Amino acid sequence: MSTAPPRDGAAPARRALIELRRLTVRYGNVDALARLNATFRAGEITCVLGENGSGKTTLVAVLSGLRRHDDGSLLLDGEPMRFRSPRQARAAGIATVWPDLAVAPLLSVWRNFFLGAEPTRGVWPLRRLDLDRARDATVRAMARVGVPDVDPDAPASALQAGERQSLAIARALHFGARALIVDEPTTPMTMARQTLFGQAVLAARGQGLAIVMVTNNPRYAHLIGDRFLLLAGGQVAGNLTRDDVDADMLTALMAGGEELSTLTATLTALHPELGER
Amino acid sequence: MSAVATSWRLGNPAVEEAPAADVPSPARHLRPVITDRVPPFGAAQSDVPPARRLAGRVLARPSLPSLVGLLLVVAVFAVQDLDLLGWGGLATVLDTAAMLGIGGVAVALLLIAGQFDLSIGILALASSLVTALLIGHADWDVWPALLASLAASVAVGLVNGFLVVSTGLPSFLVTLATFLVLQGSALAGTNALAGSGRVGGLDDEPGWSSAAAVFGATHQIGDGRFRISLLWWLGLTALGAWALWRTRFGNAVLASGGARRAARELGVPVRGTTVALFCLTAAAGWLIGTLGLIRLGGVQATTPGLGTAVDFIVVAVIGGCLLTGGYGSVVGASLGALLYAVTREGIVLAGWDARWSQSLLGVLLLLALLANGEVRRRLKAVPRS
Repeated sequence: MSTAPPRDGAAPARRALIELRRLTVRYGNVDALARLNATFRAGEITCVLGENGSGKTTLVAVLSGLRRHDDGSLLLDGEPMRFRSPRQARAAGIATVWPDLAVAPLLSVWRNFFLGAEPTRGVWPLRRLDLDRARDATVRAMARVGVPDVDPDAPASALQAGERQSLAIARALHFGARALIVDEPTTPMTMARQTLFGQAVLAARGQGLAIVMVTNNPRYAHLIGDRFLLLAGGQVAGNLTRDDVDADMLTALMAGGEELSTLTATLTALHPELGER
Repeated sequence: MSAVATSWRLGNPAVEEAPAADVPSPARHLRPVITDRVPPFGAAQSDVPPARRLAGRVLARPSLPSLVGLLLVVAVFAVQDLDLLGWGGLATVLDTAAMLGIGGVAVALLLIAGQFDLSIGILALASSLVTALLIGHADWDVWPALLASLAASVAVGLVNGFLVVSTGLPSFLVTLATFLVLQGSALAGTNALAGSGRVGGLDDEPGWSSAAAVFGATHQIGDGRFRISLLWWLGLTALGAWALWRTRFGNAVLASGGARRAARELGVPVRGTTVALFCLTAAAGWLIGTLGLIRLGGVQATTPGLGTAVDFIVVAVIGGCLLTGGYGSVVGASLGALLYAVTREGIVLAGWDARWSQSLLGVLLLLALLANGEVRRRLKAVPRS
């Protein structure tokens, strides 16, 4: 395991993996995202916070390839990208953990794990799934994110709720993703579930992935995140680091738009470099 | 451990946040969480005895109800001491089952992917009419005519598939429309071209004998005449079962029906798979039509009604396919076809009114639906949290 990154501000700037420059997405006449600038760095957890309708979901859709942006650019490792499909985004190394968990409940764990990228052996007319390799890889990948002793043949619905998200993260790690987009379920999570989930996310950060986490829980975000991107009305309302805010402040920021903009203005005045990001 | 517990409790607003000074470095206190130590809330080891687990697995097999039903029905008719288990009865039953099973296997795969096809029965008739007209009226050779009607059938499948994936309409309605269009045009077209509803006398055309060897060969055992349709059926069942559980295509089929959105998000070619499956059912319809055409040496343009298409779906559902998609069994569909055939032929041999078989089938379907619901519940036993 790589060493966990230091969190103090003096740390050298991490490599920017995904950069959004004036990214705009329109639904009809409505700008779901309006000239959004943001940077997501490798080995960092960036929590995206905002009210419903602030553009969080659209951001996830663009990053994961479900929706193409209309204007601006999305840079992955400096290369401008424009994903046509989730498959393309996945091939480019951006894996997404969906709130619906992207799990087919009746299929076995290993089938879910390899869905869309199954290992095969043999030549074409007889090309078949490599069952042993798939089962083995599933068990090992799940152990890596802190879920040991999975029965790869059990249906995915037999997994505990948190384990299902862990499955998605294990999948991302296994397929060599460079960035992980986590869209948290809007339903409240139990402690057990968040523990498992947090473990998996931290494991992914330990592997040097850039993590974009959309969450509704500011306290949880503050616990786990390195940076916080606050969205309002499709625009960046605040771009803070762990040193700028504590959990209570983040909660307050989440609570109301007015407080949020005042605070952002104050913070930008205090830290002029925040405005540039 | 205590540091970990403290940190996680931060999620609860009621608890005072521990100042960062308590822990020397955030990295340090987070590290234990991501080791491979068994997590406090991790997967609990199952303490269910192995026998129970085995029973659970067997009960969760989708083909189980059809197997039980088949054994029951065979037992009932065996007690009646019918000819059913002799060579003659066996050949009749297997022939009926083969025709149903070929369609049932294709429809089962389609149902697993979450779609319906009502047009397969009429495609069987329409494709054999096309073949017969091409041979009898356009004077084509048998093989080119067969290939042309196969191409036409697959084209219908493509239309069905593209309409379903591009409009998002329920496939039930799309294929109902196809069914009506095909039924009308097949019957009216045959009448207009051939002057009557019957096209026959094809068996002295060039290429007929080789086609008859492939689609119409028979083998006599005792007083039973076993037809080659049996081999087509068994071959398709084996191929379908293998493809479903052992290939990437099969995984795409299962995922298309079980979690369509998730499958799409993960890059599974859901649309392509769906269209391919509609082509498969269309091709199965063509095979059924061709087997019948070669056997009879001609074809009668009758109104088959929706019954034949529903039969295939009934067979697939009895075989354990969920109507909601996502799970099912190809072997089960074949067992369902066998169950259907035994019931129908058994009732005929017992000298009862043949129409009773419909009622019995309805009861079987209902039982199968209930059993499938149970299988689904066992599979889905989701822990609440």
